[in-house]
Amino acid sequence: MFIRPRIIPVLLIDDRDLIKTVNFKDRTYLGDPVNAVKIFNRKRIDELAVLDIGATKKHKAPDFEILQDIASEAFMPLSYGGGITSVDQARQLTKIGYEKIIINTQLVKNPDLVKHIVSLLGSQSVVASIDVKQVNGKYMCTIEDGQETVKVSPKTLARQAEDLGCGEIFLNSIDRDGIMDGYDIKLVRNIAETVHIPVTACGGAGGIEDLKKVLHEGHAHAAAGGSMFVYYGRLKAVLITAPSEKELVNVGVYGG
Amino acid sequence: MIAIINYGLGNLASIANMLKVIGVKNIITSDVKQIESADKLILPGVGSFDAGIENLNRSSLADVIKEQARNKKKPILGICLGMQLLGRKSEEGKSEGLSLIPFNNVRFQFDNDSELKIPHMGWDVVDFKMNHPLADGLKGQQRYYFVHSYYAVCDSQENILITCDYGYEFAAAVVKDNIMGVQFHPEKSHDFGMALLENFAKKC
Repeated sequence: MFIRPRIIPVLLIDDRDLIKTVNFKDRTYLGDPVNAVKIFNRKRIDELAVLDIGATKKHKAPDFEILQDIASEAFMPLSYGGGITSVDQARQLTKIGYEKIIINTQLVKNPDLVKHIVSLLGSQSVVASIDVKQVNGKYMCTIEDGQETVKVSPKTLARQAEDLGCGEIFLNSIDRDGIMDGYDIKLVRNIAETVHIPVTACGGAGGIEDLKKVLHEGHAHAAAGGSMFVYYGRLKAVLITAPSEKELVNVGVYGG
Repeated sequence: MIAIINYGLGNLASIANMLKVIGVKNIITSDVKQIESADKLILPGVGSFDAGIENLNRSSLADVIKEQARNKKKPILGICLGMQLLGRKSEEGKSEGLSLIPFNNVRFQFDNDSELKIPHMGWDVVDFKMNHPLADGLKGQQRYYFVHSYYAVCDSQENILITCDYGYEFAAAVVKDNIMGVQFHPEKSHDFGMALLENFAKKC
């Protein structure tokens, strides 16, 4: 049985810079992504997600050069999202070491592409990123790095993703992004109970207790976060870090 | 020299990176001559069963691998899909596998109300079922990264080197003479995986 849910730091990059956002906006420059990966590697983190938000916004192809540099330092599972528009790019990404391909915009705009990538790489390699924000109290999905709202509920899009063959849902709460005040447990639970594939929750993690809560109460399969892995303390000093194995066991995130 | 077989699928660079850290010469190749002259082979794989076997057949690498493994007795390690391809067939597709170890790949089956998701994705602990150079010195707190929806069902227990439990016990590593396969990703399992790859490179 699974006694070890995955804890996943998410690295946001834009034009080869490591950055962090709040509500998908208000960018802060943090440093060099390759250096961050080296630190995460030493910390033996479970998995790493790399999202190039610049590629999405500027409609650029994945920056294979920087992605290769990142992958060469990472002896852990890697996923990548941002600007993927072809099967060939997906194949190239796995070749350089990213075994999971994260799709957001094309999931809505070009579901056939998702199908093609699934048939080439298998379900386990394709992750549907569902970016959610509340509009007038209703959960809505967005694409294009949160810029474009689409008229479909997260539940419906999650089901569509599963039907297309995606092997995992990466559920992002834009409202909680960078807030470090806990995940949107209700949203996560809703989606986790809707689909049969694993749901990774993202958005809101401020500490280990938040990770535990989203796994236990939100029924998330994995807990991802940005800020808590790159900031330290009340003043948000930049510090690339991750909780230790011991801390996670003590709080009850791992084991039992 | 270890040849990492390039058949268009798989995280080739990750394996090469880890072998480099271990200090073992390797080459990513689809060239028959280079595969024939290598001491050992690694068959990687991230992808679907049919796509994998079709790519191997199209480039006539399937025959080369069979010849090298079966007749030349060259040590070969299949990883993830690369392991599944060592079997006869898979519920994932219609094509015939390499049939180097007697097993079939089947999909995980759980009750509808089960909390277990498919794919089996994440880090898991394993049991070592026998002594083997590939598993030399590994017993203890080993954990490996898995991501798969199908698993090998061996005809015979004697081909099962490592098991893992996900709803029920399944083969996480299979062996037959010089032919080995692991369902998990050693190249993505930090120093736990590095120890296993080092065993393959230096002890098998």
